[in-house]
Amino acid sequence: MTVQPSAQRAFLTVAQLTHAIKNTLEQTFSVVSVQGEVSNLKEQSSGHIYFTLKDREAQISCVLFKGNARQLSRLPKDGDQIIVRAELTVYALRGNYQLLVRTIEFSGVGELLLRFQELKTKLQVRGWFDPARKRPLPKFPKVIGVVTSPTGAVIQDILTVLKRRVVGFHLILNPVKVQGDGAKEEIARAIEEFNRFALADILIVGRGGGSIEDLFAFNEEIVAHAIFHSAIPIISAIGHETDFSIADFVADVRAPTPSAAAEIAMQETARHVDFLKNCQKRLHQMLFSRIREEKRRLEGFTHQPALSSCYAILGSYLQKMDDAAAGLQRALTQKLMIKRTQLTAIEKQLKSLRPHILIEFEKEKLLRLKKQLTLRMSQLFFEKKEAFKKLISHLKALDPKNLLSKGYCLLFAEKDHSVILSSRDVEQSQKVSIRLHDGKLTAKIAHIEHL
Amino acid sequence: MTLSFEAAYARLEEILEKINSGKLALDESLQLFEEADKIIVLCSKKLSEAEQRIEVLLKNREGELIINVEGKPQTQDFQTRGS
Repeated sequence: MTVQPSAQRAFLTVAQLTHAIKNTLEQTFSVVSVQGEVSNLKEQSSGHIYFTLKDREAQISCVLFKGNARQLSRLPKDGDQIIVRAELTVYALRGNYQLLVRTIEFSGVGELLLRFQELKTKLQVRGWFDPARKRPLPKFPKVIGVVTSPTGAVIQDILTVLKRRVVGFHLILNPVKVQGDGAKEEIARAIEEFNRFALADILIVGRGGGSIEDLFAFNEEIVAHAIFHSAIPIISAIGHETDFSIADFVADVRAPTPSAAAEIAMQETARHVDFLKNCQKRLHQMLFSRIREEKRRLEGFTHQPALSSCYAILGSYLQKMDDAAAGLQRALTQKLMIKRTQLTAIEKQLKSLRPHILIEFEKEKLLRLKKQLTLRMSQLFFEKKEAFKKLISHLKALDPKNLLSKGYCLLFAEKDHSVILSSRDVEQSQKVSIRLHDGKLTAKIAHIEHL
Repeated sequence: MTLSFEAAYARLEEILEKINSGKLALDESLQLFEEADKIIVLCSKKLSEAEQRIEVLLKNREGELIINVEGKPQTQDFQTRGS
């Protein structure tokens, strides 16, 4: 159908034009195969999938209906290089066109491999893979920086190894997307950030296994650039052991797996730990064998006759001691006997002196003396008594009463009964008492005449 | 410990060799055992002096690092699987 403006109406309606375009395009591109990269992929709840297919210069909307999607062995995702077999349709309501995808061929791999080879050659020429420029890894890294997804298996594998191999370690994870849009930029930036802030002294850049498309961020120049310019040595661990990426070539060390990367990072520390453990083991073995050996030697000594019994060494001394003891006993006995003999002699001598007889004799003597003494005493007593009697009779003879009877008298003063001894002691007419042997007289002094 | 690993290991090897020769008196051997044990303990301590720390850098919505007042990137403890 051709659209000609009519003579009367020199314009088309939107619908007329759109339908004209629709007819033209849909007839021309009823079956096409188109190659491009998947982006902005969205799966609606209806099950239909919408995405954009793009290359470096252009892009086109695609829709993959549920019915067609179900027949695919693999669904596309962002970043996939695919070839779609589709028909072009125009959606009149929106005035846009899109590819109605029937089947998908994941044949972008060829393209990716081509880009990989191109970049590899380019960087190789630049000398970025030169073994001479690879930096040695620090022997005892204090901080291990890791650039990977926080949710993937890589970080877990690394942690498992580190926890098993070393006691203490410090790890800082810079979480990044490892595939899809923006992954390469995030990875490159994370490496740069570790350097800018000097956060680590070794880096592990990694992701787990996947298709070449999955791994392709690590084949991008921007990532290679970041690795090349990192001041911090980098271990790469990307994909499986058989996968080689540009990042692997530029990195200082390529580890076949993330676990291996962790082993490599700590290998020196682990080697030292092993060495020390080994030393300790050997040391203890030596100590025990030495102790066993010394014990055996000691047992050997104790089993020798010279040492098995104390008599071997001490026998002669013991004998000497016995001899000395016997000698001592003999000497003592002898001395004792002498002393005993001496004692017996003295005893005999003592007995021969008969002290009790002597005592008896002395006793008799004493008795005799006592008798004599008593006799003497009574004689003396008698004599003294007689003398005393004589004396008393003498005394009796001297009694004034006796004198009075012989014509004498005593003169007393009347008043005081004092004996008047002198004629001068009395006065004229004084009363006096006169004592005779048989009575008493009172008289008055009539005359005084002194002689 | 001021002794370097190299010097420490050389001394360890020396001690092990001496003891292994079996020519030493028991006392001397024991003294060397003690010295070697001390070296091993010190070296092991030095190797594992770092405390286990697992951190993750924090980023804002634009994917930029969050910088703290000290001008350093902010981190938080990384929760490992199963912990």
